Amino acid sequence: MECVMGVVGRDFAVVAADTSAVQSILVHKTDEDKVMVLDSHKLMGASGEPGDRVQFTEYIQKNLHLYQFRNTIPLSTAATANFTRGELATALRKNPYMVNVILGGYDKDAGASLYYIDYISTLHKIDKGAFGYGSYFCLSLMDKLYHPDMTVEEAVDLIDKCIKEIRLRLVVAPQNFVIKIVDKNGAREYARRDLVGDNASVDAATTVTA
Amino acid sequence: MVGKNCFAIASDRRLGVQLQTIATDFQRVFKIHDKLYIGLSGLATDAQTLYQRLVFRHKLYQLREERDMKPETFASLVSAMLYERRFGPYFCQPVIAGLGENDEPFICTMDCIGAKELAKDFVVSGTSSESLYGACESMYKPNMEPEELFETVSQALMASVDRDCLAGWGGHVFIVTPTEVQERVVKGRMD
Repeated sequence: MECVMGVVGRDFAVVAADTSAVQSILVHKTDEDKVMVLDSHKLMGASGEPGDRVQFTEYIQKNLHLYQFRNTIPLSTAATANFTRGELATALRKNPYMVNVILGGYDKDAGASLYYIDYISTLHKIDKGAFGYGSYFCLSLMDKLYHPDMTVEEAVDLIDKCIKEIRLRLVVAPQNFVIKIVDKNGAREYARRDLVGDNASVDAATTVTA
Repeated sequence: MVGKNCFAIASDRRLGVQLQTIATDFQRVFKIHDKLYIGLSGLATDAQTLYQRLVFRHKLYQLREERDMKPETFASLVSAMLYERRFGPYFCQPVIAGLGENDEPFICTMDCIGAKELAKDFVVSGTSSESLYGACESMYKPNMEPEELFETVSQALMASVDRDCLAGWGGHVFIVTPTEVQERVVKGRMD
């Protein structure tokens, strides 16, 4: 039921995820942040086994920081994606991490990029992608509405449309979502879309202009 | 597929998880050196891991031997690496194509545990392998020039993947001659 999605626009990448922490029929919390800020210009949205998710994303984050301390320059997004894939691949036939990752980043030379890394360490560079049951609804929406070089407003609008569709059509749909963005100014939270919980408001429910 | 002093190696471009298509630009045919290509069908993650390991082994070979690997040698290397994992295999079926001694075309395929199968005309692998066998068998002629070979390979590939729901979304064809490599993306049915 966890959904993670990402979209690349003109010099930025957006990564969004639901914020529910669920165990069987119980929703533990509705504000679990699943899009980790790896470093100043990288976002890693992850879904899957909760313990593995937190452990794996923190492990990648700390290793990125270590590289930066040792080498005084940060790792590029492509290198991070390949490092993440390598860690997943090494663990795959011993003690696999059940974590799917959408990695978004901005590099000065390469611009914005988005990588799809699934739990069996398939790596692919993408413009748009999604994981989870939500992907069955989102991917076709993205195919129809995505075009290269979108503005931030257009990209977030596309994400909002995907969120609206998930809320409407997925049987045990997550209610709250977080949207984070990474561009030349860095990686940061862009918005929350909360229908339930302490910060919910009717305004926060997405209103989409057709 | 083998032509006259040249060969063609082609793949489809779909990356999917069972019924869901994730991407339509996935690369499945990789260059080892200028006259040696390997196509890896099957599980995408194992194709990527295997390719990285093979490039590593070939680079070591280049450092030691100061030359590129012959296709026959490379095929034996792939076969050995796959059989090493006999009881926990890489879920990949490679297709290897290269120009060997005197630019003689060499092609072979293997199953996922390294059983080599050499051929003089064409080799196929993947989910559409049965269709591919039929299409190649009917369209193949010996000693085709590169242009005609490209047409034949593209038509055979497109015809076969159109009957396979798990393959398709375009084609990626490499025509390799002793002097040049032509890489072309073929537009097919995107469904």
